[in-house]
Amino acid sequence: MRAVKILERVLITIPIMFGVAVVVFFFMRLTPGDPVDIMMGQAGAVSTGEIEQLRREFDLDKPLYMQLWLFLTKAVQGDLGYSYTQKRPVNELIFDRLPATIELAGGALFFSLVIAIPIGIISAVRQKSLVDQFSMAGAFLGTSMPSFWLGIILILLFAVRLGWLPVQGRITYGINLEYVTGFYVLDSLLGRNWPALVSSVKHLVLPSVSLGASVAAIVARVLRSSMVEILRQDYVTLARAKGNREFLVVMKHALRNALIPTVTVVGLQVGSLLGGNMIVESVFSWPGLGRLVVKAIFERDFPLVQGAVMIYAFTFVIANLIVDVLYTYLNPKITL
Amino acid sequence: MTFQSNDPSASVLLELEDLTTVFPTRRGVVRAVDGLSFRLRQGEKLGIVGESGSGKSVTLLSILRLVPYPGQVSRGAVRFRGEDVLSKSAMEMRQIRGRDIAMVFQDPMTTLNPAFLVGEQIRESLRIHQIVPRSNGFLSRIYDPLRKAAEYRRVWGAMSDVGIPVPEQNARRYPHQFSGGMQQRALIAIALACEPQLLLADEPTTALDVTIQAQIIALLEKINREHGTAIVLVTHNLGLVAEFCHNTIVMYAGQMMEMGGTDAVIEDPKHPYTQGLLRCLPQVTAKRDKIYPVPGLVPDLADLPPGCPFSPRCEQVIADCSGDVPLKQLADGRMVRCVLY
Repeated sequence: MRAVKILERVLITIPIMFGVAVVVFFFMRLTPGDPVDIMMGQAGAVSTGEIEQLRREFDLDKPLYMQLWLFLTKAVQGDLGYSYTQKRPVNELIFDRLPATIELAGGALFFSLVIAIPIGIISAVRQKSLVDQFSMAGAFLGTSMPSFWLGIILILLFAVRLGWLPVQGRITYGINLEYVTGFYVLDSLLGRNWPALVSSVKHLVLPSVSLGASVAAIVARVLRSSMVEILRQDYVTLARAKGNREFLVVMKHALRNALIPTVTVVGLQVGSLLGGNMIVESVFSWPGLGRLVVKAIFERDFPLVQGAVMIYAFTFVIANLIVDVLYTYLNPKITL
Repeated sequence: MTFQSNDPSASVLLELEDLTTVFPTRRGVVRAVDGLSFRLRQGEKLGIVGESGSGKSVTLLSILRLVPYPGQVSRGAVRFRGEDVLSKSAMEMRQIRGRDIAMVFQDPMTTLNPAFLVGEQIRESLRIHQIVPRSNGFLSRIYDPLRKAAEYRRVWGAMSDVGIPVPEQNARRYPHQFSGGMQQRALIAIALACEPQLLLADEPTTALDVTIQAQIIALLEKINREHGTAIVLVTHNLGLVAEFCHNTIVMYAGQMMEMGGTDAVIEDPKHPYTQGLLRCLPQVTAKRDKIYPVPGLVPDLADLPPGCPFSPRCEQVIADCSGDVPLKQLADGRMVRCVLY
């Protein structure tokens, strides 16, 4: 039954992706500036004949509905087109960069949860204690600090001053790593390549912290407030009246219920971790999708932007699907 | 086995002596329970009656030492089977909770954990107190299907004891799939799973329909009769007490106003507050032309009048009421806190 429902939800992503494709197609074409003009402007001294030829090559001479039709029919076949500026298939470009972005988002998520969950629990249990006040002040700081500023400060402190961690990139230059999945941490584990593992993890730390700090702050606050609320519930008192150890009262009876609102927030944050990391990628020269997309937007590289946005949308939809499935496990009142 | 209903020779199970539970507030220290003393014998059914805020529920939580922070027991003693509960360690306390003294709460909708199966919640009581011993198998510490099956047989037994039909199926349901009456039955099954000697019932029927109330009370009656479980029933419903309890305590503003055999208290109430409470009781058979409410409001515990806390609402108030009003024992053994006696 659950499997059928999950399949249903997966199938719903098809119309969603169709909508995303249409919207992104029109919005890109609504932005002022023509891709060929921009390219030609950079090249200088070109004839109108050459411009016309390029337009034909990119199908930009066709009417808009034909362009949309071509884009959609190809996208259905899994072909997101050909980048104007990079002269490579969009698929290739995206899948070169996507693992880096996902790895960074994963690192940031891992960091934020490892920090936020214990802090949220402890602050709620020891309400108004010193730990609580310090963590909530820290959470306030975490939400207020812009990630690029935090990134620069972290680089200055841990990379430049202390020299503990690398300044930028994904792995130390010169380390050989066999690329299987494109996730460096995973690849080095698969290949039992310990130097590469150490290096890739070290490179991941600072960007993850600067990207994950605000997420950690939000999650800690949400978890704390829902724990505070839940710890006042009658069923928590009953859990104590049954003779449960306080640890189990908190970790089993209260946490299980407090995670319900928290999972929602985490799910929404995953979207911002994937889509909102252009700045952090720039600060740390992280070769991810975000920087590629920003460049593509400036150059009006329609196919590349369309493809990347569709990939973002797809990962976001999948992240939400996972959250919804998780939800039904946490909250029996909700079915898919 | 049937237990003698109100046997004065039965040994004392629970004894409260001068129990005082306080809550510090911004407007001063509030005494939710103020110098409460009583004895409960094995198999006895005791009713504690009073309005909201009279300290009934806090009394029960004090016995289990579950008074919510920042409240605490500031004075007095709670003795269970002759042992001082208040001086026990946290671990000893956990062994008493759920196994020797179990509690049923007021609102079944909020007292069952929404995230766990009903059967699991009943089984948890068994597991905490290791009622079913671990089997001898090699991996029994981490995987013990025999024990689980034995525990579930007891869960099903407890469920049918409290009148939940088809326990095998209903054990695999979540609380929100139960009706209010079924939820309260499940909570009673949780409380009874370890066969406690004392059941603390905090307004167990208040949130339920009248017909379900009667069923739950009949169930508590049956438990008391068949297992000899002593029951403290906290309620604001005097009718319920009249029907169910051997002895009755009337509380007001954390203090005991009157205590005695239920029949005596109901038929010949001594304290003006008890008299007022009884006048409030609507009667189905006798058509009365008027309802007689107790005038005034439940007192503010942070701002009590000197002397008797009920004096501002009392119709028989005299000058002495603002002085010290001690608890007095009457000739028939009843206790009354009133200057009229």
